[in-house]
Amino acid sequence: MNNNTDLHDLGVAQLAAALRAKQVSAVEAAQHFLARAKAHQGLAAYLAIDEDVTLAQARAQDAALATGQAAPLAGLPIAHKDVFVTRDFPTTAASKMLAGYRSPFDATVVARLAQAGCVTLGKLSCDEFAMGASNEKAAIAALGLDAPQPAHNPWNPRHVPGGSSGGSAVAVAARLAPAATGTDTGGSIRQPASFCGITGIKPTYGRASRYGMIAFASSLDQAGPMARSAEDCALLLSQICGPDPERDATSLDHPAEDFTRGLQGSIAGLRIGVPAEFFSDGLQDDVRTAVEAALKEYEKLGARLVPISLPRTALSVPVYYILAPAEASSNLSRFDGVRYGHRAEKYSDLLDMYKKTRAEGFGDEVKRRIMIGTYVLSEGYYDAYYLQAQKIRRMIADDFQAAFQQCDLIAGPVAPSVAPQLGAQTDPVSSYLADIYTLPASLAGLPGMSVPAGFGGAGLPVGLQLIGNHFQEGRLLNAAHQLQLATDHHLRRPEGF
Amino acid sequence: MSTQLIQGYEVVIGFETHAQLATQSKIFSRASTAFGAEPNTQASAVDLALPGTLPVMNREAVACAIKLGLALGSHIAPESIFARKNYFYPDLPKGYQISQFEIPVVQGGEVSFFLGEEKKTVRLVRAHLEEDAGKSLHEEFHGMSGIDLNRAGTPLLEIVTEPDMRGSEEAVAYAKALHQIVTWIGICDGNMQEGSFRCDANVSVRKPGAPLGTRREIKNLNSFRNMQQAIDYEIRWQIEQLEDGHKIQQATVLFNPDTGETRAMRTKEDAADYRYFPDPDLPPLRIAASWIDEVKAAMPELPRAMAARFVAQYGLPEYDATTLTQSRAMAAYFEQAAQACGQAKLASNWIMGEISRRLNAEEIGMEAVKVTSSQLATLISRIQDGTISNNAARQVFEALWNGEATEVDAIIEAKGLKQMNDSGALEKIIDEVIAANPANVEQYRAGKDKAFNALVGQVMKASKGKANPQQVNELLKAKLA
Repeated sequence: MNNNTDLHDLGVAQLAAALRAKQVSAVEAAQHFLARAKAHQGLAAYLAIDEDVTLAQARAQDAALATGQAAPLAGLPIAHKDVFVTRDFPTTAASKMLAGYRSPFDATVVARLAQAGCVTLGKLSCDEFAMGASNEKAAIAALGLDAPQPAHNPWNPRHVPGGSSGGSAVAVAARLAPAATGTDTGGSIRQPASFCGITGIKPTYGRASRYGMIAFASSLDQAGPMARSAEDCALLLSQICGPDPERDATSLDHPAEDFTRGLQGSIAGLRIGVPAEFFSDGLQDDVRTAVEAALKEYEKLGARLVPISLPRTALSVPVYYILAPAEASSNLSRFDGVRYGHRAEKYSDLLDMYKKTRAEGFGDEVKRRIMIGTYVLSEGYYDAYYLQAQKIRRMIADDFQAAFQQCDLIAGPVAPSVAPQLGAQTDPVSSYLADIYTLPASLAGLPGMSVPAGFGGAGLPVGLQLIGNHFQEGRLLNAAHQLQLATDHHLRRPEGF
Repeated sequence: MSTQLIQGYEVVIGFETHAQLATQSKIFSRASTAFGAEPNTQASAVDLALPGTLPVMNREAVACAIKLGLALGSHIAPESIFARKNYFYPDLPKGYQISQFEIPVVQGGEVSFFLGEEKKTVRLVRAHLEEDAGKSLHEEFHGMSGIDLNRAGTPLLEIVTEPDMRGSEEAVAYAKALHQIVTWIGICDGNMQEGSFRCDANVSVRKPGAPLGTRREIKNLNSFRNMQQAIDYEIRWQIEQLEDGHKIQQATVLFNPDTGETRAMRTKEDAADYRYFPDPDLPPLRIAASWIDEVKAAMPELPRAMAARFVAQYGLPEYDATTLTQSRAMAAYFEQAAQACGQAKLASNWIMGEISRRLNAEEIGMEAVKVTSSQLATLISRIQDGTISNNAARQVFEALWNGEATEVDAIIEAKGLKQMNDSGALEKIIDEVIAANPANVEQYRAGKDKAFNALVGQVMKASKGKANPQQVNELLKAKLA
């Protein structure tokens, strides 16, 4: 290993190559990142590690590497958002409801990455049950800490890292892991990636198996990788995607793909749609400046900017905040204290047991969404809310199809602002409104990603969002990679890490 | 339609039947569906609703729905939707039941059957696929409840009729006809005691011509006998209430077989809002025409078609044909025996008589019948060719049933049951009997038939039962003429 380069500066591609070349062993790599995870416990990124488990996995990969029969990512350390169930680590979804829960099986995404040779470093913090956009709703104490607290943005620890996959974004940005998994329901990969200056992609709905992902909103939830570069994301996404018909009925019968193959292609002539609605008044100037600079960069690379309209962008907020809570209210019914997870200690009868268990086990934001969801599904309200929202959801998807008649991909901001200060967001509605740019692609089931585009106020990162048509992940990654060849935002590192 | 009134009231009954489907594994998981295993040993991560688990449709269960639709002449929806029915109960692991709500897989259709001589047809509204819940066990746990999730996720078809039935007998006849069909086409084992075929009856009464009365739903009628008793009780109770000036409140009631009464469990006011919505974990269920064709090609001949064929092909009376097609096993037995001996009506008589009597007495089904169809066919042939008498045949049958031997001819030989067909020997006996009974001879000649029968009896006795009675008759008449 070159002494000038720390192990944790290597991206997925470089580290995997170093492991294959036996410049570093899987055990060394795992130990290095575990040491960093412990050294930076104050960031509250990790909820759980287990050195014995991790090192055993690493030794197995070293053995495979020694035979020359190793899997493509043999020995690569990775950490998982705590909504992926894991057999060898506790899984809590950052909720008291599941404190200490152990799954008897691994999520398909976890299993596929293990199959590809990845070594699991541990589990990462997130908003409780992936409901939130700041990581402030985490209700489980992070590794080495006594009380629950949000992961901190490594660019400025007084600011949130975003969410819900906040722990994943922090771990990657602070070099506590070369890469992490995240989940995205309404922007939970893209927004924290943007806030922490890393790269993250959510594939087309149905390309990544949801089996073993603790469900928040089933029709929207998708897994995806979070790493420092588009190339690293491409390597991981190639392993994550693929049909899983025996376990997930919504998994699409679409073959796995090597997303690294198209990275180098020229983007000259690429038509990039720029939706007017993504640049309206709510967009902060620092974000606008960085995003526009990135768009200019694309023009220099030969792409053509095409003004487009996504007229129902604003409607995506109420539509999402009806449909996602509706599904969540039902998905979270299984947490009833009967079979696993938290159960109230004292109760008078069955109903009392349910009430106390759920009152104690769920945090405020989860309860809020369960109540909204229950309400919109209730007799007499279903047509006015749920059904109406489904209709508009279809129109939003149609708007994208119309736009893709004019362009090959769509670009814009990920969020209206850079990462807010911890504790600054107190009104749930205003924080819901900040999801406006990520929700449309989620509702339409389209792939979307966040690519570092520069920095805004307080030296905090800004992400550029790229949205593609169904199954156009390769095109997104190609465009992102080309931008990253021309810029160095993604190579910048937060001070002290 | 002829409507039977009770105290001036017309009875209106509709049925909801939960038929447990005879699939190897559960409707949304790969756990086994076998009955009677140790509690919670046949519940997978999916059935336990562990975090991260998802349902995946079992194609076998869909094939069952297609079969039912084909058997009942229903529309099989090319696309149907699974929905979640949300409620909390400890034996419902997910906190919702996956069912079908707005668009069920089987739509319309009908069940026809005979009530005495009258043909009845009950129209179906729908049949939809859903999963069963687990079981709550309230005994043996000292103030606590036990939960057994082995049954959770077992596939069910809920079969819903129009309110077409007008009395308890008709209702039971419908239930029996439906039971016959689901077991015939092999989608349900029909075991009512084990809960494989659970009927709920919606009962209301009204004055003729009036709009439908308020119904009460009788839950879990687990035998045909309970069914009739429960409905009759419910009808009497409702009429009494109305006659006393009370109104019927919509309610769910349970039948108590010990007291013979129905008792309200919950009224409409307690009815939960189930917050149905399409299950986002399951795409619409699509059934291609080619799948329906495939299932159709593998379908057995249905009971009604088979009964009609028995009438046409074997010349059986309609009653026989209907009775013999109560189960596939019985129908198959009949056909094998009838074809082997060429005496369809005799085979039918034996099956509906001697065999049915013994099956009932021993409480076993046709699958466990102790005389094979080929043994029966041989036996009938031996009666036909005059080798043995009907009485002797019963003795042979008895021996076969008891497993004394397997060869009909060997039994006839061993028991010496062969009829005396040598007329010389018989004539000798007759002469002796005539000589020994002059009084009877005289009485016969004086016109008393009874005396003739006494003579026949004497001849039979003297021949040790081996004489052919018909031959005895003829010879005796000739000699006395």
